[in-house]
Amino acid sequence: MAINMRYVVDGSDFTTAGEASTAVKMKLKKLGIAPDIVRRVAIAMYEAEINMVIHAGGGVAEVELESDKIIIKLIDHGKGIADVDLAMREGYSTAPDAVRNLGFGAGMGLPNIKKYSDEMHIDTEVGKGTTVTIIINLQ
Amino acid sequence: MAEFHSVTLDFDKCRGCINCVKRCPTEAIRVKNGKAFIISERCIDCGECIRICPHHAKKAVYDKMSVIEGYEYRVALPAPSLYPQFNNLDSIDYVLDGLLRIGFDDVFEVAGAAELVSEMTRSMMKRSDCPKPLISNACPAIVKLIQVRFPKLLPHLHTLQPPVEVAARLARERAVKKSGLPADKIGVFFISPCPAKVTALRHPAGGERVVDGVLSISEVYMALLPEMKKIERPQAEQISGISGISWSYTGGEATALLLPHYLAADGIENSIKILDEIENDKLGGIDFVELDACFSGCVGGCLCIENPYIARTKVRYLRKYQPVTMSHLADYPGKEEKDFLFEDEVEYDPVLELASDPVKAMEIMLQIEEIEKKLPGIDCASCGSPTCACFAQDVATGKAELNDCVFLMKKELEGKLSGKEQNDGKATV
Ligand SMILES: Nc1ncnc2c1ncn2[C@@H]1O[C@H](COP(=O)(O)OP(=O)(O)O)[C@@H](O)[C@H]1O
Ligand code: SF4
Ligand SMILES: [Mg+2]
Repeated sequence: MAINMRYVVDGSDFTTAGEASTAVKMKLKKLGIAPDIVRRVAIAMYEAEINMVIHAGGGVAEVELESDKIIIKLIDHGKGIADVDLAMREGYSTAPDAVRNLGFGAGMGLPNIKKYSDEMHIDTEVGKGTTVTIIINLQ
Repeated sequence: MAEFHSVTLDFDKCRGCINCVKRCPTEAIRVKNGKAFIISERCIDCGECIRICPHHAKKAVYDKMSVIEGYEYRVALPAPSLYPQFNNLDSIDYVLDGLLRIGFDDVFEVAGAAELVSEMTRSMMKRSDCPKPLISNACPAIVKLIQVRFPKLLPHLHTLQPPVEVAARLARERAVKKSGLPADKIGVFFISPCPAKVTALRHPAGGERVVDGVLSISEVYMALLPEMKKIERPQAEQISGISGISWSYTGGEATALLLPHYLAADGIENSIKILDEIENDKLGGIDFVELDACFSGCVGGCLCIENPYIARTKVRYLRKYQPVTMSHLADYPGKEEKDFLFEDEVEYDPVLELASDPVKAMEIMLQIEEIEKKLPGIDCASCGSPTCACFAQDVATGKAELNDCVFLMKKELEGKLSGKEQNDGKATV
């Protein structure tokens, strides 16, 4: 048994960024998933969703909810990440000033995704795009 | 057992329109068989349906003025939002004196208690065990919202009793001393801006009832107005200043903490957004969060008379003539923070969960999705549920029938009609 959700994340609109993770959070609450886990999913997915908006011009969030885990894929066709190890470092950010002025770009997104998830994969190719996969166990 | 709610439906006045169904921020109202009904466990008593109902079929239940007659010694606890209901008020003492003229023997300003709460909160927030951000518990509709929707944030809720409860306790003690009467002859009555506080005080989070009745600002206002006109020089003396009075509107509570990093917001939708952000760890650096269900805060409560924006202007006018703070904990010898702490934590109320078993809940969610696919997605609410998604959930959980959807019915009818045409072949249109 699995529930699949798909959200298009608009890359041109900062104000709607976070809608997909908020919708997923609400579904998990309805399912009675433990509040701690809901919070981890929300934080990790939000970071990845925002990254698609500020670094990749938007993309798609595909969520597969199984009885024991949630698999979140954030797929974009943006510029890709040249050095993943570097990108994973706390505080590392290539966000332009305009974005930083909005309060994004602290360089904590990817490290936080790692911290709050049980598994995290980054598939990326420069010029082609990035897929961030987040897996969080529900029990 | 159905829980008590101040917000109720007047069955005879209800015309079964969908105004309240659409407006309710917690999707707690449905129309069934031509009449609205409120799903008790989802209702947070915010009063939105009362504001929007064109037929005045939604109302707040509160105690009538006559309840005070059952007590020998009566104490009024006016909410700070009572003051800006009056025009050209430059001293609160007129209001307090007025209360003594309409049947009360004593008055204890909730605004005064609010100053004590601010003082205690300031010292609590200096300690390292204070959660960050600390979330105000003064608006019961917001507390209920957190209880049903943001369980992760329950540890952030303030643990001090809100001003009305602090006022009630202090007022009762003072009344016993002043009157020399046994406690059961003393009646303590809150004058409330909203149904949320009526409900909360009937069933306080701490369990124990601290007031003997809750009256409405609107009714008390009507009784006060003629009496206040007769006052030449008021005898009563206020115990609140600018900081206590300012609790009547959004931001007043937060500013009284004298902290640079606070957030104050009004309206349920805004509050939900902000709570979501806090839950997602997106609101770093904020020490205190004040959320009010009503726009403008308690002056926007649906038992108030004055327009909330005009009321805010009046508070500003009134403030001009006031000292900053009038009440201090030191005025109550022997009283300290721990006398005003809640004993029990506020608990998670999982009313939004589809089922207590996650696997079962997941089955239901899958069903909901299947049903949703059949619906037009235009959220017309003719079925009696606020949105197509909500209707799908109602159907999946056995609370509605698929053919309550007018679109599906229309489709079915059209199908039948065209089927009939084909059958007799010769049908002319
Ligand atoms: N989806 C993405 N597409 C392209 N680059 C990305 C993407 N996600 C992250 N990055 C790169 O990784 C860096 C670090 O990301 P993150 O830790 O979230 O910090 P921040 O978003 O604050 O810059 C970003 O500055 C960016 O260079
Ligand atoms: S904001 Fe004030 S008046 Fe409105 S519901 Fe909350 S406590 Fe009541
Ligand atoms: Mg980021």
